[in-house]
Amino acid sequence: MLRLELRGEMSRSMIYWSPFFAVILTFIAGMIMFAILGVDPLKAIITFFIEPLNSLDGIAELFVKATPLVLIAIGLSFGFQANVWNIGAEGQLTIGALAGGGVALLFFNVDSPLLMPGMLIAGVLGGMAWAAIPAFLKTKFGTNEILTSLMLTYVGLLVLSYLIHGPWKDPEGQNFPESRLFHDAAIIPIILEETRLHFGWIIALFGVAIAWVVMTRHMIGFQIRVIGMAPMAASFAGFKEKHIIWLTLMISGGAAGLAGTIEVSGPVGQIIPVISPGYGFTAIIVAFLGRLHPVGCLFAGLLMALTYLGGDNAQIEMNLPNAVTGVFQGMLLFFLLASDVLVRYRVRFGAAKKVTAGEGA
Amino acid sequence: MTEEIPRLELEGITKAYPGVIANNNVSMKIMPGEIHALLGENGAGKSTLVKFIYGVQKADSGTLKWEGEEMIIPNPNAARKLGVGMVFQHFSLFDAMTVEENIAIGISKELASGDLNQRIRDVSQQYGLPLDPDRYVHTLSVGEKQRIEVVRCLLQDPKLLIMDEPTSVLTPQEVDELFVTLRALSEEGVSILYISHKLQEIKDLCHFATIMRMGEVVDDCIPAEESPRSMAEMMMGANLVSPEKPGKTEPGAPHLVVRDLSLASSHQHGVDLKNVSLEVRKGEVLGIAGIAGNGQMELMQVLSGEKLIDDPSAVSIGNEAVGKSGPKIRRNAGMGFVPEERLGHGAVPEMSLWENAFLSGSKSMNLMDKGFINIKGSVDYALNIVSEFNVKTPGVQHTANSLSGGNLQKFIFGREILQCPGVIVALQPTWGVDAGSAAFIRQSLLDLAANGAAVLVISQDLEELFEVSDRLSVICEGELSPPRPAEEFTVEEIGLLMAGLSHDHQDEEVAHA
Repeated sequence: MLRLELRGEMSRSMIYWSPFFAVILTFIAGMIMFAILGVDPLKAIITFFIEPLNSLDGIAELFVKATPLVLIAIGLSFGFQANVWNIGAEGQLTIGALAGGGVALLFFNVDSPLLMPGMLIAGVLGGMAWAAIPAFLKTKFGTNEILTSLMLTYVGLLVLSYLIHGPWKDPEGQNFPESRLFHDAAIIPIILEETRLHFGWIIALFGVAIAWVVMTRHMIGFQIRVIGMAPMAASFAGFKEKHIIWLTLMISGGAAGLAGTIEVSGPVGQIIPVISPGYGFTAIIVAFLGRLHPVGCLFAGLLMALTYLGGDNAQIEMNLPNAVTGVFQGMLLFFLLASDVLVRYRVRFGAAKKVTAGEGA
Repeated sequence: MTEEIPRLELEGITKAYPGVIANNNVSMKIMPGEIHALLGENGAGKSTLVKFIYGVQKADSGTLKWEGEEMIIPNPNAARKLGVGMVFQHFSLFDAMTVEENIAIGISKELASGDLNQRIRDVSQQYGLPLDPDRYVHTLSVGEKQRIEVVRCLLQDPKLLIMDEPTSVLTPQEVDELFVTLRALSEEGVSILYISHKLQEIKDLCHFATIMRMGEVVDDCIPAEESPRSMAEMMMGANLVSPEKPGKTEPGAPHLVVRDLSLASSHQHGVDLKNVSLEVRKGEVLGIAGIAGNGQMELMQVLSGEKLIDDPSAVSIGNEAVGKSGPKIRRNAGMGFVPEERLGHGAVPEMSLWENAFLSGSKSMNLMDKGFINIKGSVDYALNIVSEFNVKTPGVQHTANSLSGGNLQKFIFGREILQCPGVIVALQPTWGVDAGSAAFIRQSLLDLAANGAAVLVISQDLEELFEVSDRLSVICEGELSPPRPAEEFTVEEIGLLMAGLSHDHQDEEVAHA
């Protein structure tokens, strides 16, 4: 019989080490899985995790993929720390992309240095607007934000589908459900020649720095942490829970909307039926893998981006199914949660204890 | 008599939790018919030992002999079969069920079948524990609820009855009634293990006392031959300094005023506040006595601003009406609060002490700069609290939950008092706090009042209230009795008020007599 027993004092450093254990265990489990599939495990791991980073182009691509993950994850971390569970970042990303992309289409062929900032702001507002719905429902009627935010994701995807099948369809696009290609002023600038690395990465790094300062040094972060750890202490200090629900949903929705706009105006360059390969959901794993800490989210975002690249590479090089990406992401989360449990608890064998008591007798 | 076999004998019981030894080589004997006190401050290891006897927890080493026979009690069921009954400090009763139904689900099937109703009536009559098996639990007082637990144990013909802090929820009169029952049981040969930190009660009731400190048995005594003070000193291992009232000063103008406050509780089983009015004057301590669950929590929430009322003038500080204002505004008006729960309400358990100092001191101690936390200022403030209020901690970077109850309570008091509040409201200020820290906290409340603050103490602990209060009032079912000078009250009178027997009632009885 197995039992979990709470460890006396939790080791602080172990909390930060557990993601590394999770990564190593994922590697090992992945190799076992490949071996069972009849694939050379070492070659598979190299193809998956090393080869994508062999070239400058590959590293640039890693940053490109990490940009939305990091942005969304730091936004979500604010909410998660306050026990506000926004699961609908994918929907907020979609609406943000539509708002930012809509500005680009509205001012098609307008060359103004203000267009890009305008698009980004519109993207943030779009994401916020979508997150405002669960915020309103929760503060007004006590609705569970997990359900509302998740369900709104599918509504958001339908809005996207409607727009590109109808009003926003490219008139010269041979009836494909896509918007027209954005003009140059609406494309986010490339910061490294010959690659796709764009200014969005700089925005993400800024986001990390700002989030870090707000979380550790500012009253906003303090309130969020208190309300997450001890809601009664928050009301004792006079922090208002409703304010925090609104604030965190606006931060996470805005960050997701920003990431959406950066996607459509960066790597994609137009509005297409599938804007994101599930960045909004993967960012949840990133947030937890990064310990809800902005810097942690940065590294976790890079790692998750690597699983996307590795999955693509494994498909091309070794004919492995694309599902491998999902398997790796799932294993990472699983091992992380397992390591966390073991940091907090020790495993005891229930039967063994009786024997010790008996020996004393 | 001397050759008698002990009912229960423990030898060398040791139990270690990760990082702490809860019981170290504990040995004790309980004879048949003996009322045996287990004395110790919080965290001394009493509960761990009791859990072991009741089969809830296993020891790492040591032996247990039941009526001379060595055995292992693997679980509470086995304990009950042997004849060990336990009345817990917190009741496990279902409010929506009757007394009989509640008793039936807590005992074995054989016992529960047949004429349970009649047997409940018999047992309750035999031992003077009036209890109607058909009443619903939510209609009962706390004392009556405790009787259910006692009757439930008695139905199982116990040979050893364990009682964990049984009187903390009772009025003085109910305590007397309980003692009559316990003495009757003792005469029938039932052993009783009585856990409490109320020393006068132990002196009155118990035949023998085992005193524990830091997981070890440090002493034993015959309570009748000791004084409460000497037993307290054995518990602490140090001399007790009782608080002193500073020279009597004339109280000033009313500073915290509550007028005609009525509030329906938001909880199903909460207590409505009915027409509560009170005044705390500058320089005085007003004490509010009462059994837990009579509206103290609700009153505290209204005073602290965690619950707002529509009429702003129902609560005022000085001339400022704050009934509709939240905690921040009240703090700015000079109020300080010490809630009942230290961990999770008064302090954030996983946050460092300096962050907890910032929690309530951010504004009044000027620890914020354009929304940013002044870390150095907060650390200095926390260090100041630690040194002025004798908080034992390796450093202010350590988390609040690493402190013992007494130390954390001193920290919280220090945090509030150093903000120089004009009014301080404290709920159960020394609940579960070691005797040394409790004396320190009471002294600091008296000093605060002497410096001109209005102090309101809401507590169940009558000893504490008599020690600190200038005037006393009693809360019962959400109603507050008119406050009177503390020295005019007798314990009996307060007990009657706590039980809800109002003055008119008494007058009537007098008239009848």
